[in-house]
Amino acid sequence: MDLFLPESGLVIWMLIAFLIVFVILAKAGWPMIMGAVEKRNTHISDSLLAAEEANNALAGIEQKRQETMAAAQAEQIRIMKESQELKTQLIEEAKTQARLEAEKIVADARLKIEKEQAEAMAEIKNEVIALSIDIAEKLLQRELSNKQSQNDYIEQLLRNNQPKIQA
Amino acid sequence: MNHVLRHITLFLLLALTVAVPIHSVAQETEPPKKENFDAKSFIFGHTGDSYCFHITEIHEEPVCVWLPVIVKCKDSGWHCFSSKHICELKEGETYNHKGANFYISPINADKYPGKLVEVKADGSLSRPFDLSFTKNAFGIFFVCLFLLAFFLPAARMYKKNPMAKPTKYQGMVEWLTYMVLDDIIRPNIPEKKVKKFAPYLLTAFFFIFFANLFGLIPFFPFGANVTGNLSITVVLALLTYFFVNIFGNKHYWKDILWPDVPIFLKAFPLMPIIELISTITKPFALMVRLFANILAGHIVIMVLMALIFIIGGMYGAGMGGVMSIVSIFMTIFMTALELLVAYIQAYVFTILSSLFIGMAQHEPEHS
Repeated sequence: MDLFLPESGLVIWMLIAFLIVFVILAKAGWPMIMGAVEKRNTHISDSLLAAEEANNALAGIEQKRQETMAAAQAEQIRIMKESQELKTQLIEEAKTQARLEAEKIVADARLKIEKEQAEAMAEIKNEVIALSIDIAEKLLQRELSNKQSQNDYIEQLLRNNQPKIQA
Repeated sequence: MNHVLRHITLFLLLALTVAVPIHSVAQETEPPKKENFDAKSFIFGHTGDSYCFHITEIHEEPVCVWLPVIVKCKDSGWHCFSSKHICELKEGETYNHKGANFYISPINADKYPGKLVEVKADGSLSRPFDLSFTKNAFGIFFVCLFLLAFFLPAARMYKKNPMAKPTKYQGMVEWLTYMVLDDIIRPNIPEKKVKKFAPYLLTAFFFIFFANLFGLIPFFPFGANVTGNLSITVVLALLTYFFVNIFGNKHYWKDILWPDVPIFLKAFPLMPIIELISTITKPFALMVRLFANILAGHIVIMVLMALIFIIGGMYGAGMGGVMSIVSIFMTIFMTALELLVAYIQAYVFTILSSLFIGMAQHEPEHS
């Protein structure tokens, strides 16, 4: 049947048209499209790789920063601790010094008091001695009068000198 | 869904109410005119080639796009004229051009059906060498121009600025190209050879695909049954044959001429002959498969259309009207199926071509 026989004229037209289109597209069509897409693909994968590398580098930097921060914080804590210790030490020292000073002052005062006391005692002694001598002198002056009057006299003398003795 | 169903039911009811009175009126007034509807010439007239591009008829006057007729007769040489002169001839008339008489043999004639024939002086018929730019040639060129117009601007945009963000149009071109490249060509052809064979396979795929699609559109610039014509598929198959065998490597030819079989099978060259024949049968199968699938689809659609007139001729216009509803639904179904076939046949042709080309490029693994 006619349907199943190729028509020579149509074969020629088909051959011409298809080959022209094939040649044009093979020269100026497909290689451009494929080349550009391929180029873009490699560009995208390269860019992704570069981005990943940059990300990794950034992560390293971030880690370093955190480490530095942590170190700085530890240093800060350490310094604060030290200063605290220094402070308490200083206060302690000041306290002991103050105590020593106070003790010394107290001791000095005591010494002074004791000395004054001794001086006072010595003065009292001298007074007593002077008084005794005085009394003795007076007694001696009236020695030979009666015994009664002698005793009264002593009493009188003692009474007169009472404030002195008490002091 | 309900909405659509309601419309369909309404349409069917309306069609029936219109169809039934016509039927009765036709029976009352006059017996249906027995104008023999020639289904064969109707079907093959539409699926075959033609000298003019018939669009429609207005008041029995054909509206056509006239195409050039180019023929070379043995004695009178080249003739070139518009197909208007021969398509409008009445039965028995011939067209005289520079001393040669031509007419188109009717589609149901025994000799050269549907072709331009020359009537010699002694009344004998002869077929001149026919290089007419027929409906199918027009279809071929239309598809080719479409391919160039579709792919070249994208290629130019890529060439101008390969790193730019692709436009939507470029994205579509890229998607179509890489669909073929990654799904059809790359799995079958060694990676190193892809650049060499991709242009042919891509061109073949898109030529077949768009020719199939355009064949389904039933009006003027489209509608030529390009891939359902053996002349077209034979060229495509020959090109595949050429690409397989011209670029076939040493290993491929050794497998054909001196295959790994016992010596008595190849000394008396049984196996080489079988293998050589198989190189021809492969593209032959490609050719027939594409042609037959597309032609069959078109014929089924045309038969469904013809059924309207056959039934109408047999049982009157009313039944024809009813049949037309059935036919339209079945044609819609067939056209949807043909859309699928349009892609599948382009896919199958290209995947088998790349498989055969890839097999001829296969390097044996040295172990």
